[in-house]
Amino acid sequence: MINSSSFFIDLAYFFSATLFIYGLRRMSSPISARTGIWIAAAGMLLAVAASFAHPNVTGNHWLILFAMLIGGVFSFIHAKRVVISEMPQMIALYNGLGGGAAAAIASVELLRAAEHGPSQRILAVAGALIGCIAFSGSLLAFAKLAGWAKFGNWFSRRQTAYVAMMAVVLLLGFILSFSNTAHPVLLLMFFVLALLFGVFMTSPIAQADMPVLISLYNAAAGLAVAFEGFVLGNPAMMVAGTLVCAAGALLTRLMARAVNRRLSEILYSGFGIPHEINETTTQYGHVNEVDAFDAATTMAFAEEVVIVPGYGMAVSQAQHKVQELTQLLEERGVNVQFAIHPVAGRMPGHMNVLLAEAGVAYEKIHDIGEINNEMKKIDVALVIGANDIVNLSARTDEKSPLHGMPILNVDEASSVIVLKRGDGQGYAGLDNPLLQHGKTRVHFGDARESVQEMISAIKSLD
Amino acid sequence: MDAFVALYLFMLAGIAGYVLIANVPSILHTPLLSGSNFIHGVVLAGAIVALGHAEGTLEISIGFFGVMAATANVVGGYVVTDRMLAMFESSAKRNKRRVEEERRQLAERHLTDADTRDASKDSASDSTGADA
Repeated sequence: MINSSSFFIDLAYFFSATLFIYGLRRMSSPISARTGIWIAAAGMLLAVAASFAHPNVTGNHWLILFAMLIGGVFSFIHAKRVVISEMPQMIALYNGLGGGAAAAIASVELLRAAEHGPSQRILAVAGALIGCIAFSGSLLAFAKLAGWAKFGNWFSRRQTAYVAMMAVVLLLGFILSFSNTAHPVLLLMFFVLALLFGVFMTSPIAQADMPVLISLYNAAAGLAVAFEGFVLGNPAMMVAGTLVCAAGALLTRLMARAVNRRLSEILYSGFGIPHEINETTTQYGHVNEVDAFDAATTMAFAEEVVIVPGYGMAVSQAQHKVQELTQLLEERGVNVQFAIHPVAGRMPGHMNVLLAEAGVAYEKIHDIGEINNEMKKIDVALVIGANDIVNLSARTDEKSPLHGMPILNVDEASSVIVLKRGDGQGYAGLDNPLLQHGKTRVHFGDARESVQEMISAIKSLD
Repeated sequence: MDAFVALYLFMLAGIAGYVLIANVPSILHTPLLSGSNFIHGVVLAGAIVALGHAEGTLEISIGFFGVMAATANVVGGYVVTDRMLAMFESSAKRNKRRVEEERRQLAERHLTDADTRDASKDSASDSTGADA
């Protein structure tokens, strides 16, 4: 009886792993993407149902259901309500919870250390460490993105503290791996330090590097899940976790390449050198201001317009207004294109999601390589709430943390209009010479309101 | 499970993950990140087993947290990804419809152009058209 039930459980895990692979495959094309997530969800249901019937589940059935009910209902309501522009922090949050769950599994299993062999314990410890870092790191990233935590460079100069901390964590992990009795106190210390490590890893990173970090934590959580899958002898977890880890690692590398930095540099800059933010130049030099009407007419009588959206568009939910503006301009015969920097916003592909929501056609959206070749032909570049990705100091100023990052060369267009929320600098907190550039005119105000004013201005032209 | 079998599993799944994502357009990066975030929610399957055999207050409360967090990962990850992909789907469909519309209009214009040209020309083309 036990044998036949475990046969069906193994079969269910096998099919769920297959469905995950197939679902991920379908998710990598825009047309089939939605069926991909449904297929993956079917795999998930199968794996969860199989776990309920697992012979090792000897009790606590009602507790399991109760915990699932709480976690499920809360996140369902939360995820349904959240506005699209807040997706990045939501992904960071759910990702962190996944890492935390992996760490929780590890701690339950390490408290039952006698049941496992040394190789299981080693991977349990490794998964716990990675899962803890993903958990606390992602939660802090979530808090920072949600604007709750404005932690600066905590401990950023104390490299020795990190090294010492890591050494202690590894030592504790070593002891836990090679002893077959449980050590609750050592385990607690291990977890506290691992969690702290995640906090310290995230706290100094607060600029264009954030998307890279979220992607990295996603890969880390996947790896932790894969390791705990080995501990529990659950192949579906191993396959799914490794899939996510590999995909996440690749995505992280793509993102890091987009900002022209190696991953090690990003992490090291977080751990080591505090960014030199030149506070004396935060005063703007001479900035040409423009009112919405002039900005709108400049665009209405242009031939080629390129729109460069940034985080400011996401914050003020301006994407629908931007689409309205685009349609108005196109009715007047203006050719409007969109230029998306790979790290615009707080997520890889953040702007694409928003523009897709507003219904902007795919073929109008260009990535940095395509659009930079065309930039000289552009009459007006409209920058909406973007700063770092058009920051000229990335090209010239060797002291700038952005130095070397490819930017959208809007200064090559005939004229530039920048919509800016106010006196703030970019997320990186840096001054942008583009604003003082001779071609540039700046309109201060909330992105959505500014675009609305421009829409009314264009309508009044007819 | 044998450690070496596990190693093979890690290697093959890693290659699969890498290959699956290798040629993804940047437009899908966020949904994909979110989707893979959902997939590692399978940690719920493990968390259920962990809580299922947990004994004593400490183990049970940690296990309880694990199941709760994992469920939040699964449900939240799914809802967020599905919402995002629904937008892509509708925009892709809208796009397809528009392209088809344009193509039809173009074809119609072409036809009417051909008609007027035919009418203005001599009847030779008409007769060949009728023959065909």
